[in-house]
Amino acid sequence: MGGANRSPFVTGWMWAGFAFLYIPILSLVIFSFNSNKLVTVWAGFSTKWYVALMQNRQILDAAWLSLKVGLANATIAVILGTLVALCLARFGPFRGRALLSGLATAPLVMPEVITGLSLLLLFVAMEQALGWPAGRGVLTIIIAHATFSMAYVAVVVQSRLTGMDPSIEEAAMDLGAKPAKVFFVITLPIIAPALVSGWLLAFTLSLDDLVIASFVSGPGASTLPMVIYSKVRLGLSPEINALATLLVVIVALGVITAGILMAHQERVRQRDIQLAIAGNK
Amino acid sequence: MSRVGYLPLGDRLAMSAEPLVRTLVNIPPIRLLLNFLGRFAPGGRGLVILVPYAWLAFFFLIPFVIVLKISVADQIIAQPPYSALYEITEKGYLMIKLNLSNYKFLLDDALYWKAYLNSVKIAFFSALMCLIIGYPMAYGMARAQPAWRNVLLMLVVLPFWTSFLLRVYAWIGLLNNNGIINNILLGLGLIDRPIVMMKTDFAVYVGIVYSYLPFMILPLYTALEKMDMTLLEAAADLGCRPFKAFVTITVPLSLPGIIAGFSLVFIPALGEFVIPDLLGGTDTLMIGHVLWDEFFSNRAWPVASAVAIAMLSLVLVIMFVQNRLQRRAEAA
Amino acid sequence: MTEGKHPEAPVSEPWKDPHATPYIRIQNVTKKFGDFTAVNNVSLNIYQQELFCLLGGSGCGKSTLLRMLAGFEEPDGGQLFIDGQDMAGIPPYQRPVNMMFQSYALFPHMTVQDNVAFGLKQDNTPKSELWERVKAMLEMVKLGSFASRKPHQLSGGQRQRVALARSLIKQPKLLLLDEPLGALDKKLRESTQFELMNIQEKLGVTFVVVTHDQEEAMTLSTRIGVMNAGQIVQVGTPTEIYEFPTSRFVADFIGSVNMFQGRIVDEDNDYVRISSDEAGCTIFINHGVAAPPSAALAVALRPEKIVISREAPADTTENCTHGVVEGIAYMGDVSVYNVRLHTGKLAKVTQPNLVRHADTINWDDHVYLHWHAASGIVLTV
Repeated sequence: MGGANRSPFVTGWMWAGFAFLYIPILSLVIFSFNSNKLVTVWAGFSTKWYVALMQNRQILDAAWLSLKVGLANATIAVILGTLVALCLARFGPFRGRALLSGLATAPLVMPEVITGLSLLLLFVAMEQALGWPAGRGVLTIIIAHATFSMAYVAVVVQSRLTGMDPSIEEAAMDLGAKPAKVFFVITLPIIAPALVSGWLLAFTLSLDDLVIASFVSGPGASTLPMVIYSKVRLGLSPEINALATLLVVIVALGVITAGILMAHQERVRQRDIQLAIAGNK
Repeated sequence: MSRVGYLPLGDRLAMSAEPLVRTLVNIPPIRLLLNFLGRFAPGGRGLVILVPYAWLAFFFLIPFVIVLKISVADQIIAQPPYSALYEITEKGYLMIKLNLSNYKFLLDDALYWKAYLNSVKIAFFSALMCLIIGYPMAYGMARAQPAWRNVLLMLVVLPFWTSFLLRVYAWIGLLNNNGIINNILLGLGLIDRPIVMMKTDFAVYVGIVYSYLPFMILPLYTALEKMDMTLLEAAADLGCRPFKAFVTITVPLSLPGIIAGFSLVFIPALGEFVIPDLLGGTDTLMIGHVLWDEFFSNRAWPVASAVAIAMLSLVLVIMFVQNRLQRRAEAA
Repeated sequence: MTEGKHPEAPVSEPWKDPHATPYIRIQNVTKKFGDFTAVNNVSLNIYQQELFCLLGGSGCGKSTLLRMLAGFEEPDGGQLFIDGQDMAGIPPYQRPVNMMFQSYALFPHMTVQDNVAFGLKQDNTPKSELWERVKAMLEMVKLGSFASRKPHQLSGGQRQRVALARSLIKQPKLLLLDEPLGALDKKLRESTQFELMNIQEKLGVTFVVVTHDQEEAMTLSTRIGVMNAGQIVQVGTPTEIYEFPTSRFVADFIGSVNMFQGRIVDEDNDYVRISSDEAGCTIFINHGVAAPPSAALAVALRPEKIVISREAPADTTENCTHGVVEGIAYMGDVSVYNVRLHTGKLAKVTQPNLVRHADTINWDDHVYLHWHAASGIVLTV
């Protein structure tokens, strides 16, 4: 590799930077196979921590809970975020537009401790005043997560909507499709990549969140990050290393699959371009 | 660990998912479903605006009003542990009690001041270090051969999809007194006694720089990649030496990227809780951590609320400054 | 330039018939975007089966006018009638109008046939009839074998034809075309122009075309409406617009022109004499003009209507001036001469290259320019 106009200094720095990014992750993986209970003191190869992990009900339950929260959150966030994006990108000026735009982007820069605290106080006040939600748990976590992840979805979808040729929607309307039909049959399929990426983003954010979940969760509803945090506070734990390794493997597999699929699509696209050029003659 | 930096990532992901999703939406059942929705879904601008508006107003705006309210309440021993803002007295009068002592408390107690300033300091120097480390990386990536660029970009983005908490946790294993770094150094005989790195400000800096470095690289890369390379050729043609061309052309043109990257690191680092909690010592005061402690350890909800309001004002000021700088850089 | 339709050709000219009812009636229509007036009090009639071109530079309001006909913009003032029906408040999806977009706006996730079928599906056309019509339409635009391709698998010219087929499938009585040929390269554009005209004639559809390309407008249209700064400055057949511009703007905008300032020294019902210091001679024009005597005016002379020669013509008293050749541009079919007149004004003259190795005029030659009494156009505005 290496391109023109690049000094060895830049190349060396770049690879050192990548090493900085990956060595910690690599160390997690390597020491997950350490038989020693003292995680960082090597005592031989072993997979016993994976076995222990698989038998740790607390972690498994928390993972399952996080998965459920993540799925629900991502789905709600995509629906609400898309509606916000639609309002901001397509509805032109309307009363309260500025406020909506502000409300939709504020969660992006809001420190999580503040978001968490304010939502908890809301839930407490609601319980006092309305009796709902009775206690806190999965439902309140989902609401809290959806509230901040919809902002991310909104931004991703909005940038896609503004990047789209507006005459495509006009053409559909011109041919007799009513606005709702235009949205579902034309707009939605075209912006679908942004919805997919927004969904994945919301899912990851939810799966990764410790602070907000800690505020709004109640007894009996511990998400995976909450369990990891409670263990990690007490020091290193080989089971957590094993868990991290599993996560890395899952992500790597996902990336490789996506890479292969994308390379295939790229080949198809190249062929299409050839076809179009040939059709020109 | 607010995640503004995820956004450039979302855009990239959307771009690469494009062809795949194109084929997906043409699967007959999905087409039928969309057609069905198009015909029968409740439409109307009003509803489209109302639903997200109501959600955001209820779950985002009102909570802040409540935080504001509680920040001026009294601490009492009750569940929940704060007094009511107003009460109807026996004679039917509405009595409103505003208690500004929580804010006074923030000003009087040096702990809060220190935490405040220390957060700004740590966030600022972390962002600066990210810039120093990230700029050459982004530059190298943007000047790599096109086929390699996406791979390198993937390498920057990839750590995000693994857990943030676990990546911070990894540093405990590296920095501990009996951690990997100390073990290696001891093993090589370079030191005879472990260097204390955990529970120090140094560890917090390492943690923040490590966690937020990609947020710096992505906007820098975007700015550098779209730069017109013929500008540098023109400069060379006019007799400008490479380093001077870099300083007078490349850096000013990447200024929007620098500002964006800087704030993407600075803003979330400011309110960071996990990193100072896991890697920092007891003297590493950061405002996000103080809020957490007030709330969970001291059950001082009114004080925690006052801290939140103070923190929010700081974020607003920074956003304002960043916005102005960004606009000026883009206009130039 | 005007090889398309001639006014002599047996085309009906409904705009000359005071009893004809216009298909589109635009009455005092105004559209503002904030402080900017995009369309300013425009009134215009367009008749059935016309191929009407709105011609103007960018930002002149031509596209806005078109979008108001399609229903994407609502006028701020005035009225629009299509086929006698007031269009106020009627959404695009209920108008008897279809549009072909400048970007073609093909649905990227649909095949060619699904794109073309889209309009019919919205009307719940029975399946068998629908696909028959789609097939016939694709045959007509010569895309029969591309039915199952996606837009990104097509070349620019093919996409243009898909867009055309899609906008014609509902058999609209009125088709709006926004820069229909703008995205095509020059060669393709020429052949497509004629295809477009053939289709229009075959289907008997009224076309309203927006273009910034005067050559395209000249070739295609029955009539042209020249727009400037939100207003229509002249409406007429291509010949009228070219040969009889009514303002300096139109004369200058369409083709190239030499403009000489002058004033009337002698006039009658059937002639006018204008003295021009810029031209350096008296200009005689063999028809009368409606201008106050001694008013400042301009005479426009098309470069191809001036004859250039090294020898003085027989009559040098009127419509004849002289100067020195400053530049020659050889274009193949014609040559363009830049002549510095003795008055200091630069004049442009084009001459067809009739012979291969002619004893041509050279740089720095002293030349005479003369023209026919019918060539000058008197412009008062």
